Formats: sequence, C-alpha cells, structure tokens
Amino acid sequence: MAEEQKLFKVKIDGITVEVAPGTTILNAARQIGGDIVPPAMCYYSKLQGSGGKCRTCLVKVSKGSEADPRPMPKLVASCRTTVMDGMEVANITSPEVLEARKGVVEFLLLNHPLDCPVCDQAGECHLQDLGYEHGAEATRYEFKRRTFDKVDLGDKIQLHMTRCILCYRCVFTADQVAGNREHGVLGRGEHAEISTYLSKNLSSPFIGNVIDVCPVGALTDKTFRFKNRVWFLKPVNAHRDCDNPKCCGKTVLWMRGDEVFRVTARKDKYGEVEDFICDTCRFDKKEAKDWVIEGPRKIERQSVISANHYVGVNKPKDTLVEVLDGRQPKLLMDIHSISQVNRPNIDLSQIEGPAHSDDFNK
Amino acid sequence: MFSEEKLNKVKEIIARYPQGRQKSALIPVLHLAQGEFGGWLSTETMDYVASLLQIKPIEVYEVATFYSMFNLQPVGKHVFEVCQTGPCMLRGSDNIIDYIKKKLDIGVGETTKDGLFTLKAVECLGACGYAPMMQLGKHYKEHLTPEKVDAIIEECRANAN
Amino acid sequence: MGRKLLFDKAHIENIRYYDVYRANGGYGSAEKALKSMTPDQVLDEVKKSGLRGRGGAGFPTGMKWSFIAKPEGVPRYLVCNADESEPGTFKDRYLMEFIPHLLIEGLLISSYTLGANTCYIYIRGEYAWIPDILEEAIADAKKNGWLGKNIMGSGFDLEIYVQRGAGAYICGEETALIESLEGKRGNPRIKPPFPAVKGLYDCPTVVNNVETLATVVPILRIGGEEYAKYGTGKSTGTKLISACGNINKPGVYEIEMNISVEEFIYSDEYCGGIANGKRLKACIPGGSSVPILPANLLLKTAKGEPRMMTYESLADGGFATGTMLGSGGFIVLDEDQCIVKNTLTFARFYHHESCGQCSPCREGTGWMERVLKNIENGKGKMSDIDLLWDIQRKIEGNTICPLGDAAAWPVAAAIRHFRDEFEWHVLHPEEAQKRNFGLAHYADPLEIAAPAAV
Ligand SMILES: Cc1cc2nc3c(=O)[nH]c(=O)nc-3n(C[C@H](O)[C@H](O)[C@H](O)COP(=O)(O)O)c2cc1C
Ligand code: SF4
Ligand code: SF4
Ligand code: SF4
Ligand code: FES
Repeated sequence: MAEEQKLFKVKIDGITVEVAPGTTILNAARQIGGDIVPPAMCYYSKLQGSGGKCRTCLVKVSKGSEADPRPMPKLVASCRTTVMDGMEVANITSPEVLEARKGVVEFLLLNHPLDCPVCDQAGECHLQDLGYEHGAEATRYEFKRRTFDKVDLGDKIQLHMTRCILCYRCVFTADQVAGNREHGVLGRGEHAEISTYLSKNLSSPFIGNVIDVCPVGALTDKTFRFKNRVWFLKPVNAHRDCDNPKCCGKTVLWMRGDEVFRVTARKDKYGEVEDFICDTCRFDKKEAKDWVIEGPRKIERQSVISANHYVGVNKPKDTLVEVLDGRQPKLLMDIHSISQVNRPNIDLSQIEGPAHSDDFNK
Repeated sequence: MFSEEKLNKVKEIIARYPQGRQKSALIPVLHLAQGEFGGWLSTETMDYVASLLQIKPIEVYEVATFYSMFNLQPVGKHVFEVCQTGPCMLRGSDNIIDYIKKKLDIGVGETTKDGLFTLKAVECLGACGYAPMMQLGKHYKEHLTPEKVDAIIEECRANAN
Repeated sequence: MGRKLLFDKAHIENIRYYDVYRANGGYGSAEKALKSMTPDQVLDEVKKSGLRGRGGAGFPTGMKWSFIAKPEGVPRYLVCNADESEPGTFKDRYLMEFIPHLLIEGLLISSYTLGANTCYIYIRGEYAWIPDILEEAIADAKKNGWLGKNIMGSGFDLEIYVQRGAGAYICGEETALIESLEGKRGNPRIKPPFPAVKGLYDCPTVVNNVETLATVVPILRIGGEEYAKYGTGKSTGTKLISACGNINKPGVYEIEMNISVEEFIYSDEYCGGIANGKRLKACIPGGSSVPILPANLLLKTAKGEPRMMTYESLADGGFATGTMLGSGGFIVLDEDQCIVKNTLTFARFYHHESCGQCSPCREGTGWMERVLKNIENGKGKMSDIDLLWDIQRKIEGNTICPLGDAAAWPVAAAIRHFRDEFEWHVLHPEEAQKRNFGLAHYADPLEIAAPAAV
C-alpha cells in the first residue's frame, strides 16, 4: 500500500490550509485564495529559480512550526519560503507586513515613470494594481528619475527599460522556454538594466513569451496593430493546430469586432500564462480565420480589463487607419481623465469608433 | 587572438575547475584579455572570450558589466584610481583628488588629451591604514602627499617616453 | 606585550618564504593533524577552541563545519574568503602578504577536516599582486609535499587554487562569492539552501574568512582548550584588528580579546592615541557596516563599565547604545571630522556596491546617498533627517542579503547618536560648508549625553 503523503497544516491570516511538503507560503496562500494572497511581482511558478527579488510578497512567520514554534526574526519572501507543519503566517493581518510592503512599492515606483495613461501595459499591469492597492498617494523622491530610451529588440518586441522592475522573469524565460538567450541583466545596482548589450534582434521562436511574463510595460508587442487600450478590446479564447510541437496553440485573441489586434497566451488570475506559445501564433496569425474561436474569456483578475463592458459586439465599420485616411493614429483621447476611472457603466460597444474622453465625461 | 602562450594559460586556468565548469574561468580570462588587448574589453574581445569558454556572449557581457575592474571603454595609459571612502576621506583623500585634478587639468572620470592619464575616484580598496592611497595598474600607491603624486606623475611620463 | 598566536613569528625576516616558515615550526600543526588525528578529532579541537568566524558575523566555526552535508560520492569544497572589501578592513591582506604559508597550512588542515579535496582562495581583484605571492607559496608547499596527492602519506589529496575577483564588495557575501566563482554576476543566492548543503557547483561547501582559517593553525598547535583560555568568555583567542582613521599608528594589530577599547586606542603598543593631539570624537569599531558610536559610549557602556575589545562588550546595549566587533575594521574619527560627510561616503559606497537584485537595496541605497548629499551640501531640509530614518528602516531586514542591513545601519546609527549634528547642517547650511560641528558633547561623561531619541 502506497503510503499517504503527510500534508502540512499552515495557518495564513487565521485561515488553515493543508498542503504538500515543499509548498511555498505563497502557493499555500494561493490555495486559500482571496485577499490574503501576497502580491508577487517577480515569482513565476513556471520559471525555475524565479522569485525572491522584488520583495512585495514579504510576510511574517509568527510561528515557525509545531516542532519549533519560534517566530522567524525577519519578514520572509513568501514565494521562496517553504511551509513547515504547524506554521503560522500573517500577511494582511500584520501591520508590519503592510508597512514593509508599502515601502517596497515605494522603492519599485521610485524611478518609475508615472505615466500609466500613455503606457501600453495600462489596464493589465501588475505594478499599477500594486501601487493602487498598497502605495502611498505621493512620492517622496525629489531627484531625477532614471530614464532610458525605448529600444527595439527586433521588429516584434519593444523594450522600454524605464518601466522595468528587474524581476528577471524575461531572463529566466529566455533561458528556460526560448533557449539561446541573447539578452540579460547588465550593469550593477541602480544601473542594472535589461539589455542585449548591442541592440540585437532576439531570434528564438519562443522569445515572444517574454512579453507575457513581463509584469509591467517594459516588454511589449510591437505587432499590436495600433495602440489600443486593452480595455477596449474583447478577449476571446481561441486555438489552432500549431505545427510547432512545443507550442500548445491555445491563446487569447484580443479583438475588436472581427479584427485580431493582439495574440497572447492564456493567463490565470495571478497573471501567469497557463502554457507558453510560439512566436508564429503570437505574431503572425492576426486573422480571425487563422483561429478556432472558443468563446469569451473570463478575466478573473480584478483589474481595469474586467471592468470592460462589452454587451453586444458590433463590428465597427472601418478600421481606424482607414478612418484616418491611412495615417497611423496618435493618442485620440485625453486619456489622463479616464485611465483610472474607466466608468464601468459605459457600454463601449455602443460607442462608434474608438472611445473619446468626451464619451466618459457625459 | 591570444598568443600560444596565453592560450596555454587559459587552458591551465580551465583545468582548475571540474569538467564542464569552464565558465568559472570567465573572470580570470577576462582579466587576461583586458591586459592583453589594450586595457579594455571591446565587444570583439568579449565575444572571443565567449568562444574560448564555449558560453553565450550575453553571459560574458553580464559579467563584464557587473565588476568595476573591467573597462568597457578605452582608458588612459595610466589610470589613477583614488580611494574616496570614509577611512581615506578622514585622511584627506579629497585634497589628493583635487590636487590631481588641477595638476592634470582633468575632472574625475576624464582622460588627459595625450591619453596618458585617467583619473577615477573609487570606493574602498582595502588599504585604509595607509591612506590616502590610489591604485595604479597592478600596484597600490599609499600615504599619498602632493609631492608623492608629483613623483608618480613624473615616473609615468618618463615611462611613456 | 599582549600574547600573539598568529603574528608571533611575523617579525622574523623572510617568514613569507617556505624554508624560513618551516624552520620556525611551520607546518607543524598540519603534520600533527594529518599524521596523528582523524578529521573528527580536528573538528573537536576547533569546537573546543570556541573560534568564531572572523569575516564579520562571528558564527562559531566548529559548528559551521559540523553542518556540512556529506552525501556519498559528491565532492566537498572549502572556499577561503579573501574578498576583504569592507571599508576599514585590511587585515587579511597583511596576513596573505607577509605570512602566506600560515594561510596555506590553515587551508590544508581545514580541508582535511572537511574532506574537501579542492580549495579555492577567492581574493578581491584589486589585490592584484597578492595572487603571485600566494601561488608561489602554494607551489613551494606542493614541492615539499604539503599539497597534491597522498599528502605526507596520509592518503589525503588537496589542490589549492587562487581566483581573482574583479571589483565587487558584494562578492564577499558567501553566496555571491560562490556565484562569482562559477563565472557569474555576484548576485547573492536566496537562502535556503545554504552552502553547507548546496554551494559551489551545487556541492556542499564551507566558506570561511582568511583569518578564521589561519587561526586553525595555532589552535592545533596549542590545542583547543588552551586556545579557549585566551580572551574573555565567548570571545576566545586573539583577533586581528585593522586600525585606521585619525590615529597615530594605523596598521594591523593582533590583540588578545581581553583589552579595553581605551587601551587599544591610547596605548603605544596599538594605535598610539589620536593623531595631531586631537581628541576622540567617534569610532566605527568593526568595519563600515557596524554602528558608529560617539566617544563616550565607545569607551564606556551605558552601564558605565569599560568597553572591552570583545564580541560581547562591543555589542553591549544592542544598537541603542552599542555596536559590533564585525570584521575588526577599526575606524577612528577625531574632533575635526564631520559625521554627515563620513556617513555620506558610506552611503555612496553601499549604493555603488549594491548588486541590484532586490528593490529595497537597489533603489533605497541611492536614495539615501542623494538625500545625504543634499544635507552635506547645505541643501537639506529638516524633514530629510526623518526621511533618511524611514528609508533605512524600510531597507533593513527586507532584502535578500545582509548588504541591505549593512547600508541601513551606518545611517541609522549616525542619526541616532549625532542627530544634532545633522540638524545643525540643515539649520546652518552656509556655516556647515566652512567649518565642522566639532566635538560637541560627544565625549562628555555619559550622564549628560543621553543618545538622541529617534
Ligand atoms: C555584503 C557582505 C560582504 C562581506 N564581505 C566579506 C569579506 O570581504 N570577507 C569575509 O571574510 N567575509 C565577508 N562577509 C561575510 C561572509 O558572508 C561570510 O559570513 C564569511 O566569509 C564567513 O566566514 P567566517 O565564518 O570565517 O567569518 C560579507 C558578508 C556580506 C553580507
Ligand atoms: S508599467 Fe504599469 S505602472 Fe508602469 S507606467 Fe506602465 S501601466 Fe503604469
Ligand atoms: S523587462 Fe519585464 S520581465 Fe524583464 S526584468 Fe524587466 S520587468 Fe521583468
Ligand atoms: S540586499 Fe542589495 S546586495 Fe544584497 S541581494 Fe539585495 S540588492 Fe543585492
Ligand atoms: S514575488 Fe516573492 S520576492 Fe518577488
């Protein structure tokens, strides 16, 4: 008879859960779910060695284990600390943790441009959510922020290092998923940056996944046909018979009407992809006919995207470029006035063409 | 390209580590390359080192940009690296830096027009008891005074001719 | 004269060469260990000696060694930490330059005890001439049968290699050192696993400081029990102190851990008093990371007892009124020195040396430096002092490796004990450009100088 594996009992913010030995505190918390799950900016369950760096997931271990009940002397990174039987952990019930987390968020935002309204990631950015939930209202940093120019890593991926939080996820992805890593973290300390050293094209057929794992708007999809705010797009699950054996072919299409604006992997509620996809699926299959559409995707994460209210999809008469006589669109709206508000009561599908700030001020 | 002799040195270094761990040789080999190819590491040099150790070029760039002793740009023939951390500061390193600035008419981080001297202000070099001090190439110059700095500059100039 | 165990023969001419070292009893301890003792017996002696790591943390060496995992068929490594980059510390350099064979002998005994057949000495890159000295010593030791295969017929094999770093303080942290030795960036690893289980090349590894490993030689010579009779309480034996700053005789001293701080600073045997007839203002007794203390708290503890040069006495009073022995980098400030300026140089140092892996240290160290620079340059605000306090508090304890703490502590301690000097800088920005705050009350008898509450 196979011996049953003994489970460890852990209590997180007063809620008990039983998990397999070797589980991290963060993953135990995810099994419970809800508000007590620590935010994680650098950990990524599918990437070996990830985590421990951003420090947003710090928690307090108030009791080490049944055998050794002493509390741990410092806050620990929940993503890299494994549970012990009888461990007790405080996350949102610990003022000390909340205070430290506020500090971490302040550090992460210290050199970060405060320009979500013009950032491609706005609406699906973990840092934006984190800053909203845990940050202070105003920065105390009075010095010049560190900035970098945008660079193209080939014709499909853009790097805007100013927005990077150095989570190292894209480095692990290039090593473990894409292979043949051509970019990495260069420089030290405050000068550390993601770079290829010599603006090279990234060439692996799986490198596009770095866009999906990036928690912020540092790595973005250049083929995203025009800079549409993601919350104006409708995500649908789709799949195709991808001939790359390592690609699952299961994706999310970000559509407006019948038009496919962007293809991404499917992400769970913690923003992690369910499975990685190849660059052909991501970058080259931009026609609805390339795909078998399964149906609307439920966005579970609480974010601006889920506030999207598509009631019935009406196909817009023309694509934007046509409307603009072939000109590439610039920013059409005073997005500052709406980016944080994004009135859920406005039915976007009823608006003709791209939404304008006026539509929200009515 | 390394000479036969240097290539043997590289082999000898690689032999210090277990099989398949030749990446451990990266820092020693970069030191060797920097000494051999003009005091700095060009992209070509780094790519060459990558090929010698059979690692990816990015792995070399990552390391070369992390450590402060690797120069990624050409530097002067004689680099004055004056320590400016606490213990040296307490013994007047600021005055020494100012003196060198005036004497060579360059700022910190700059190289003289003749390409002979570069001045850097660096962090603690582990010579706090012999402060103020600077590193010049492989060696330390300690207990610096303006007179000593003059003598060092003279000596470097003499070597150049 | 204090009793010496490491430097007892340092005065002998040419002791750095094998023949002289050997003729003066060198390699006697190694001979004893390899010929007449089992590794466990050696370990026992080290445990009995009470030796604590000399690299900064002061962790008992015998205990550290007993943690090493011994899975079948997996090599073990000993790594000697000669990165010595903590400002104020230059003792290992002295030892390696002048008595290299003492270190080689220590490495041999320690490797034998741990069952390590390969040992790497990781030395900071700037000490560019020392690898030659060490490699010569290694070659001579090998020629005389102390390294290589089947050493002295014991069946034990050992090779020692010298690896140069390339300029990174963080590579003194043991896991960053291991990464660097593997040819990578010096990013500290997230622990656990600890090196004793998964270190260099994922094999069990012990990392020890140069002085720690050299000290194993006298321990075996006189026996662990005898060694433990040197020093005081849990601070057994002798310690190398590298003294610098505004003293008459900067240099490396071996002290027995039973003398007072006052004796160390003022006696002619050691620092010889404050230079130029000035008075003592403050001191950082264990390398830049440990808290700075004003003169009054340095010489006497808050309880009014004389402060001794031991781990316990220097730490007496915790961070509120005490400090740490750390690596033994003893930095003395006279009455003409500016605490703000000194703190700024340290903040700049940690900013420069942060590896950049974790956000509090990467972003916070530079922030502290910039705020301190403003205060120093007469552009500070009163609120900046509280801001600094808050930044350091949010770094401390929240980072991957102790460099974050090391960056936070000097700032915290400077504000804790010298807040009035910071305030003076803010309130008198112009005057502060021309003169220093001076000795103020920092050397007054303790009753008057209660540390500023923060
Ligand atoms: C940022 C940092 C720098 C360090 N630098 C050194 C160093 O230069 N030399 C050293 O021996 N230990 C240094 N240490 C301590 C080492 O991590 C480690 O504790 C030590 O080598 C253990 O040896 P010991 O037990 O013999 O002291 C440093 C630690 C940290 C966190
Ligand atoms: S990366 Fe996120 S937080 Fe930063 S600007 Fe973009 S949306 Fe805002
Ligand atoms: S670019 Fe994105 S994924 Fe890569 S390190 Fe920066 S934030 Fe992380
Ligand atoms: S505390 Fe600083 S040095 Fe240590 S891992 Fe974090 S960023 Fe690197
Ligand atoms: S998610 Fe745990 S430290 Fe970043």
